[in-house]
Amino acid sequence: MADIKIEKKKGWKDLPACDYLEAGSAAAFETGDWRSERPVWIPENCIQCLFCWVYCPDSAVVVKDSLMAGFNYKHCKGCGICAVECPGKKGKKAIVMEAEKK
Amino acid sequence: MSEKKNLKAKTGNEAMAEAMRQINPDVVAAYPITPATEIVQIFSQFVADGVVNTEFVAVESEHSALSACIGASAAGARAMTGTSSQGLALMYEMMYIAAGLRLPIVIAEVNRALSAPINIHGDQSDTMGARDSGFLQIYCENSQEAYDSMIQAVRICEHPDVLLPATVSTDGFIISHCMEAIELLPDEKVKEFVGTYKPKNWLLDVDHPFTLGAIDLQDYYFEHKRQEIEAMRKATKVIKEIGKEFGQKFGRSYDMIETYKLEDAEAAIVVLGSTAGTAKVVIEEMRKQGKKVGMLKLRVFRPFPFDDIREALKDVKIVGVMDRHDGYNGYVAPVCSEVRSCLYELDKKPKIASYVYGLGGRDITLEMITEIYEELLSGKTDNNAKYIGVRE
Repeated sequence: MADIKIEKKKGWKDLPACDYLEAGSAAAFETGDWRSERPVWIPENCIQCLFCWVYCPDSAVVVKDSLMAGFNYKHCKGCGICAVECPGKKGKKAIVMEAEKK
Repeated sequence: MSEKKNLKAKTGNEAMAEAMRQINPDVVAAYPITPATEIVQIFSQFVADGVVNTEFVAVESEHSALSACIGASAAGARAMTGTSSQGLALMYEMMYIAAGLRLPIVIAEVNRALSAPINIHGDQSDTMGARDSGFLQIYCENSQEAYDSMIQAVRICEHPDVLLPATVSTDGFIISHCMEAIELLPDEKVKEFVGTYKPKNWLLDVDHPFTLGAIDLQDYYFEHKRQEIEAMRKATKVIKEIGKEFGQKFGRSYDMIETYKLEDAEAAIVVLGSTAGTAKVVIEEMRKQGKKVGMLKLRVFRPFPFDDIREALKDVKIVGVMDRHDGYNGYVAPVCSEVRSCLYELDKKPKIASYVYGLGGRDITLEMITEIYEELLSGKTDNNAKYIGVRE
C-alpha cells in the first residue's frame, strides 16, 4: 500500500499543465474519512476464508502472508459487505460493524 | 520567394482541404454541413486515394466529430475537423473540453448564420457564440489567408506555451465557394514547416501512464483554468512569431491585426473576414477624393489583440466597428464591445460606433461601407449599434 501523502495544493504556476494526473494515485488519497460504520475483525472467529478480501470493493482488507490481517481504515468506506459475507466460525461472525465514535 | 509561384485557382474550401492534405494529420473526424462540407469531402477523397495516411472517421454528428478528435488528440495524434454553423454549435460542449484538456485540435470552420430562422449563408454568429470556449479564433479575408492560416494554426496550437485548439474561419460562400488564384506551397515545405506533432503527454504512451480529464472541483479547477487563461495570453506572442516565420519562409507575413491606410486616417473601421477586402476598395476610392479613411482588420479575435489595437487606433478620431453578428446585449455588437473596452485605457479616446451588417449572408456593398465612412467622417454617429442593409 502506498503511503498516505498529505496533499499540498500547488498553485497554477507549479501544477502540471493541462488537467493531467499521475496514474495510480488513488492509493495515496485518503477516502475512508467519511465512514459512519467501521468493520471490526475478531481473529478468534476467523477461518481465513478471505471472502472479505474477495468482496471488498475498495481493496481495504489487508492480507499478509496469504492471511487476513485487518483493515486499511484509510480506504474502507464502511459499506459492510465484508461483515455480511463473513461466514464466521460456529455461528459467530469474524467481522462485525460498529458505529464510528469520534 | 525566389522560386516560381505555384498559382492555382481554388475556392476557400478547396484551399483549406489542400492545406489539410499537406499537413497530413493523423486523424480527421467530420460530419458534413453546408458550406463547410466540401473541405472534408475533398479531404476524404485524399484519404480514399491514399495521398494522405490520415485515419478518417465518418461520425454521426459534429458532437461526435469533435469528441473523436479529442480522443485522438489526447491519445497523441494530430487531429483536425471541419464544420460550420449548427455543426459548430453542436460542438460547443466539446469545444470547452478540447480547450480545457489543452488539446491542439484545428477546426477548418466556415462562418454561417445560426438558426432560427434557418439560413445557410455567411455571418459570424457561429464562431462568435464560441468565443468564450478557449479556442483561438483566426478569421480569414480570402482563400490565400485560409490556406496559410491553416498551416500556421497547427504550429500555433501545438506550441508548448499555447496547447489550445483553434478555429480558422472563412466567410460562408463569399470565401468558401469563391474561386481565387492562390499560391500553393510545395508539399515538402509545408511538411517541414508544420513538423511532427510531439506531445509531451499522450495517453497511448503506455510507459508513462497518466489520467486525463479527472474531476476537478473547488480545489483545482480554478488553477487549471488560470493556466488556460495564461496559455491564451501567451498565444499572442506565438501567433506573431509563427506569422513572421511564415513570412520569412514563404513571403506572406501574418500578425494579429492588419492595418490598411491607418497611419494618417481620421476615420477607421474595424472588420473581420472577407469584408476587409471590400473595404480596401472603398478606401482606395475615398482616398482618391482626399478622404482620410483607413481600416484595421482583426485577423485574430481570440486572443484579443488589445495592445495592437490600442497602438493602431490611438490617433484615429473616430472608429466604426463592423460586426457580422449581434451579441444581443441590447447595446453594441461583440467586437465593438471589446474594441471599446481596450480603447478605454487611452487618455485620448477615439469616438466609437457599432455597425451590424450582413446577417444571414446579406450583401455588404461598396456603397454601404462608403456610407459608414461618410457617417464616421461627419461625426454624427449613434450610441447604439446601427444596422446596415436591413429594411426598416
